[in-house]
Amino acid sequence: MIDVQDIHKSFGEAHILKGISTTFEKGKTNLIIGQSGSGKTVFLKCLLGLFEPEEGSIAYDGKLYSEHTDDEKRDLRQEMGMVFQGSALFDSMTVEGNVMFPLEMFTKQSKSEMKERVDAVLKRVNLIDAHHKFPSEISGGMQKRVAIARAIVMNPKYLFCDEPNSGLDPKTAILIDDLIKEITEEYDITTVINTHDMNSVMQIGEKIIFLKDGLLEWEGTKNEIFKTDNEAVTNFVYSSDLFKKVRQMYIQEQN
Amino acid sequence: MNYLASVGSYAIMIREVFKKPTKWRIMKSLIYKEIDELIFSSLGIIIFISFFIGAVVAIQTALNLTNPLIPRNLIGFATRQSVILEFAPTFVSIIMAGKVGSYITSSIGTMRVTEQIDALEVMGVNSLNYLVFPKIIAMLFYPFAIAISMYVGIFGGWMAGVFGGFLTSEDFVTGLQSDFVPFHITYAFVKTLIFAFVIATIPSFHGFYMKGGALEVGKASTTSFVWTSVVIIILNYILTQLLLG
Repeated sequence: MIDVQDIHKSFGEAHILKGISTTFEKGKTNLIIGQSGSGKTVFLKCLLGLFEPEEGSIAYDGKLYSEHTDDEKRDLRQEMGMVFQGSALFDSMTVEGNVMFPLEMFTKQSKSEMKERVDAVLKRVNLIDAHHKFPSEISGGMQKRVAIARAIVMNPKYLFCDEPNSGLDPKTAILIDDLIKEITEEYDITTVINTHDMNSVMQIGEKIIFLKDGLLEWEGTKNEIFKTDNEAVTNFVYSSDLFKKVRQMYIQEQN
Repeated sequence: MNYLASVGSYAIMIREVFKKPTKWRIMKSLIYKEIDELIFSSLGIIIFISFFIGAVVAIQTALNLTNPLIPRNLIGFATRQSVILEFAPTFVSIIMAGKVGSYITSSIGTMRVTEQIDALEVMGVNSLNYLVFPKIIAMLFYPFAIAISMYVGIFGGWMAGVFGGFLTSEDFVTGLQSDFVPFHITYAFVKTLIFAFVIATIPSFHGFYMKGGALEVGKASTTSFVWTSVVIIILNYILTQLLLG
């Protein structure tokens, strides 16, 4: 579980996060949505420990990040997995090398143990024959799956995903969403996803928070998002005709 | 003010490079890879340029020796002094600032743009140690490349002088051996080692802290070449004054 209390983050004059408080529960897919410039990425980077907030606190399973020693912070980082928007795979390494990298860096496992673990996670993300290919030789969807495999290879407690569907076709995007949800439940991890994709919101959003101008404007579940009368949320989520119709159908069904 | 901030950031970067080391097993393979990329892959261009510059120095000296009272063996002497004192350590380092420096800036800059550095940081890897330290260690082998440059430069001078009909082989060797000061070799290699550190770290700094996209990677490579060259030229002056002045 990640508990965020009143965090503020500025860059020079720009006050990006203006006091966000929320909780991300274990075993659930938590989604952060909001328009570009609303502070989603900065918020995610604060959760990852890449940015340190000027005010407020973030607690991981009850322990404040600020109370961690440097060694504990390093250990905590190893309990986090991250799937970047552009996958961020290491160009110079094969698929196998990318997934094995965290094991080589932080464990004392033998080569055969590492290989066994890599085979298992690559199988889990449905990538069986790509071990010796380089990132440039595989598709965007496969790169995302490799990124997910690399993120879960160390059995993380927390999984963060920044726009995991960006640049993917709708079918592959659904596969990636389903995979993230399955992994979250299977490994019982706290998953936080930063997304613009409303399909993801409807598909896997167990908890959704909506950021606007650096503030938490709304939070709820995917069912609650259909019923909300928060104008900022409805303008953002139902900006397309398709989603407007889906909402109308949902409300009619409920009535 | 910006320049001062950059100097401060550079100093902080150097400190971070030596903190929280990467596992030796991994670091060893990174160092071997960088020796191959930075040193071995540069030997061809170093040998090519050294040979012809040495030859040109010999020809230029010969063409300027119009006074019959000045011995022809001065061509060998001038070639040796030019190549050992300036051409090999300084001129080749400027070339390396372009060749190796732009490679370092663009490779690290591309990793920054594609979030590969963020990926390292999220995993808890000291990205500066992982990326820059192997380059610094690999560049410790740079003096070997410069030693080859010295040898080939002098050989080029001998070829041009003897086969161009400017002097005999004996005259060239006599000039080469005359008034030899062993400390000049020390001076050349001290300079080379310091330039090696500059070539490894300034381009790394420009790549690591760059912001923007692919276009900015190109701009960062150009900026890093300019600054690496400027620093080499200034340090060359300071070191010459300190060691020979």
